[in-house]
Parts: sequence; structure tokens; C-alpha cells
Amino acid sequence: MTPQRFVEAEPTSEVMALQMGPSHPASHGTVKFNLRLDGETIIDVDVEIGYLHRGFEKMCEQGTWNHVFPYADRLNYASPLLNNVGFALAVEKLAGLTAPERAQYIRVIGGEISRITDHLTCLGMAANELGAISAGFYMLEAREFLYDLVEAICGARLTVTYCRLGGVMTDLPADMTERTRVALKHVRDILGDCDRLLSRNRIFVDRMVGIGKLPSADAVSWGLTGPLLRATGVPYDVRKAEPYLVYDRMDFEIPTGTTGDNYDRFMVRFAEMEQSMRIIDQALAQLPPGPILADDPRFVLPPKEQVYTTIEGLMNHFKLVMEGQKVPAGEVYVATEGGNGELGFYLVSDGSGRPYRVRVRPPCFYGMAALGDMLRGHMIADIITTFGQINMIGGECDH
Amino acid sequence: MTQAELLERLPSILPAGALRSSDVVRGQAVADLERTLMRDALAALRDHPDVRLEMLSDLTAVDYLGRVPRFEVVYQLYSIARNHRLRVKVAVPEEDPVVSSVSSLWKSAIWAERETWDMFGIRFTGHPDLRRILMYPEFEGYPLRKDYPLLRRQPLVAERDPLERPWFPRP
Repeated sequence: MTPQRFVEAEPTSEVMALQMGPSHPASHGTVKFNLRLDGETIIDVDVEIGYLHRGFEKMCEQGTWNHVFPYADRLNYASPLLNNVGFALAVEKLAGLTAPERAQYIRVIGGEISRITDHLTCLGMAANELGAISAGFYMLEAREFLYDLVEAICGARLTVTYCRLGGVMTDLPADMTERTRVALKHVRDILGDCDRLLSRNRIFVDRMVGIGKLPSADAVSWGLTGPLLRATGVPYDVRKAEPYLVYDRMDFEIPTGTTGDNYDRFMVRFAEMEQSMRIIDQALAQLPPGPILADDPRFVLPPKEQVYTTIEGLMNHFKLVMEGQKVPAGEVYVATEGGNGELGFYLVSDGSGRPYRVRVRPPCFYGMAALGDMLRGHMIADIITTFGQINMIGGECDH
Repeated sequence: MTQAELLERLPSILPAGALRSSDVVRGQAVADLERTLMRDALAALRDHPDVRLEMLSDLTAVDYLGRVPRFEVVYQLYSIARNHRLRVKVAVPEEDPVVSSVSSLWKSAIWAERETWDMFGIRFTGHPDLRRILMYPEFEGYPLRKDYPLLRRQPLVAERDPLERPWFPRP
């Protein structure tokens, strides 16, 4: 299908201005499209975001470094653990602190579980919006198994606040390997079903192939990362390009697409879930024993026995809670691979217990910026699939 | 190319006088550029075959209230081909908060510059469409400036005090 081109000079054509959103039943996420239409063909679209702006960066400047972790969860609420890990790594880089090996493995496991939930949310909704409601609900069912795992790890399904400076909050449950084996088996079964239901489904393929295309040079210029960039054939993944945590010890592949249309984005995400499951299996097999928090009283709270029995422990605890961790002055930019792409934190510290500036680089913000380019010349109905594949998460995009 | 080698190459790549200082901070290359020459310098960084920083990962600003010059615009550049990063900073004075736009070099700057304008009130000359992006057009002031009052409220629709005007009649 080649999209119709609008000719401004044509006397029979009339441009219609239509405002879609900010709360439209077919778009998940609060966003407004100011459209200029020729019939059903989109001539131009101005995307308006900001409806979920909560002043994340301003709020971060008001509390201590530890106070940012709950806010970070609420950036991309489809994969809260990945945001947690990204922020923790950035502060640790600024502080010159390294988490113990076991904590790094736990972060990888939690992060990859979150990546799968993120992709399942995106793909399930994409299927749902095209009428494949069963496939959508199957994916949400798979997500439940993973949320159960997250709950077993940190006690919460969504608002995890799991990472701490120098490690993680609690250790994995003793039967984590068994739980994960069962959960991933269910997830793999369900994904197999969804693959058969969707990947060669005529309706689904017709609505996805060739829609929302973006050449790789444009994708790079727009700052697209993650599945959006990899769908155009550029194998850029922060986990491979600049391995952090223990990703250099993991054996996994970077799935890429060829044309950069919605179908490729869908398939890249689909293939990435299998790679994430491989990483989880390997990480659980390699998981070393040891502490889960670094031994550094400048940043890590002392054990409760010390707080209740010794004056030094009590003072240390009091200072860390009341004044915050004194992260050395300086600045750092740390990129990690979030669910939607490069999740970067640019931090500036003035040496006090509070962040001077916290800047998050939200990957889907740049995806939304490119949406206008992707949609021009397509139909109104294509907004839904393209917008779905960008996987705009309001909390992250509008921070 | 390591980060230190990258910085050694910079003086030969950038236009004369554009580079004010450069340093490797916590393993990350940082370059301070002259404000008047920064657009040409960034174009050189994007196009030079040895550096090829073809992606502008992020663009933001920091408000150092009390320091002169007050603002700093920060560009996070990344090269997919060479796999290295460079952070570029441009100092911006308070009385003339204007920088040249790089939206013609990297499209990602279009929205990022809009956000920086919205949050810090730094204008980007040559930007095709410099509007607020996260806040609404009627909003006054720039919320991420350090002197923007934390508790200032600017509701578009008048707020209702539930104690004075309860939602439901009290028994």
C-alpha cells in the first residue's frame, strides 16, 4: 500500500484540522495529536506531550539521593527495576562505589525480568489495539507470572524501590531458581502461542508492515535508541556497546530488523524477550554467594544490630538518613539499556547530601519527537499502531 | 579511541578558538566550547571522519545560581560507528540566555531544545518551532531554574479548597 500524497494546489482537496486526544479511547497514554488531514490521510501532525509532567527533576533536587529511587520507579512504570538500576549505577559512578558481585547479578536478573514485562505491555497492547484481544490478554497473563517474580524479590509488583546505593535492598528468595524456572516456562509457552497467533496473521501483518517507516540515518538523527533503532538495522545496544554490571559475561544476541517499520519493531521486541530470558537463566546459574550491599559506611546504612547496640552505628545511621549520602562534587552521565532504549542519567552533585541536578534522558521522549515524521502520509488508523510501537510511557516521556 | 585520545584530537578538528578547555572527568571526556563558535564546532564533531559523533543523545541545561556565567547547556554526544561519547558544555550568561540551535544538525535537538527553553528559559536562535513542550503556553517562569519557588502554583483552572467548598454537603 503506498500512502496517498496530498497536493496543496488541488482544488478538490480540503484540509481538515482535527484534535485527537488528550484522552482518546484508542490511545493508551495521555497525549494529544493536532492533525491536519486530507480525508483520512495525515498531512501533518503536531504531537503535544506534557500531560503527565510531575516535575521529576525538580522533585529530585529537594530530597537526598536515596529519595530519588521511588521517583525513578515511576518514570517508566512498565519496567521500574530498569530505572532503579540505571539511577543507582549513575550515582555509584559519581561516588566511586561498586556494588558487590552478587548484587550486580541480582540487578541483571531483576532488570531483565522488567525488560520482558515492558515488552509484554507494549506488544500486548499493540495486539489488543488491532483487535487481537485474546493475544493481548495472553501477554498480560505472561506478565502476571513475571510480576509474581518481582513481588517475590522485593515485595512490590510495580513500586519496587529495590536498589540502594552500593547494592540492593534484600537478597533473592531461597527458591528463586525454581520459581523463575516455572515462571519462564509459562512465559515461553504463552509467547509461543502469541507468535503463532500474530506473526503471520493476515490482519496483523497488513496493519504493521510498511507503516511508520524511518530510515536508519533519520533514526540516528532523531536520537532513537532501543528497539526503535534496532528495527532499522543498527545493532546499537548499551549492554553490548558499553557493558555495565555483568553483561559482558552473558551470552546473548541483539535482534535487529531491516526496514524499520512497525512490524520490525514488533519482531525485535519479541525476539528480545527470548534473549532476556536467556540472560536470566545464565545469571541464575552463575549467581555467586556473598553480600548484597557494599561495605562503605559513607553511603550504605549500617546493619540494624549495630544501630540498636552501638553509638557509632546509631550516629552513622542518623547522619545518612538526616543529611543524606555525601556524594563527591562532580558530574556524570551514565547510559543503561532501558526497556525503550538508552536510559541516561546526567547527575550533578555539589558535595552535599542532595542532588544538585538530576536529568533523565527518557528514551521514548525522542521516539515521540520522531512520531510526526513516521506518520506523515499515512492514515489516521496508523497513528494507533505507530504510537503503540513507540511505547510511550507517560511517566517517562513527560517526567 | 580512548576518551583521552579523543580529547587530544579535538584542537585539530574544531575551529580555531572554539575549544575553551577539556578534561577527562571520572573516565568521561568533557569539552567546554566558546558560545559564539559552538554551532560550527558541533558540526565539525558530527562530520569529522575520525570522531563522527552522529547522535545527540541528550541536551539539557544546569542552573548554577550565583555563579557567573549562570547557565550551562550540556550536550551528550555519542558515536555509534566509533562507540565513544563526548560531553560538550557551553556556558550561557544570565543577562543574555541565548545559544545557537543545533536542530539542523541533529533532529533530536528539536524537542530537547524546546524542553530546555521550557524549563530554563534559554533561547535557541534558529530553532524552527521554539514553544513550551511540557508546560502549558500560559505558564509563567521557568520551573527548573533554582530561583523558581518550589511551592508556587499556577493552576489553569482555579483550585478548590475542599475545606471551604466541600465536594459533598457535610452532614
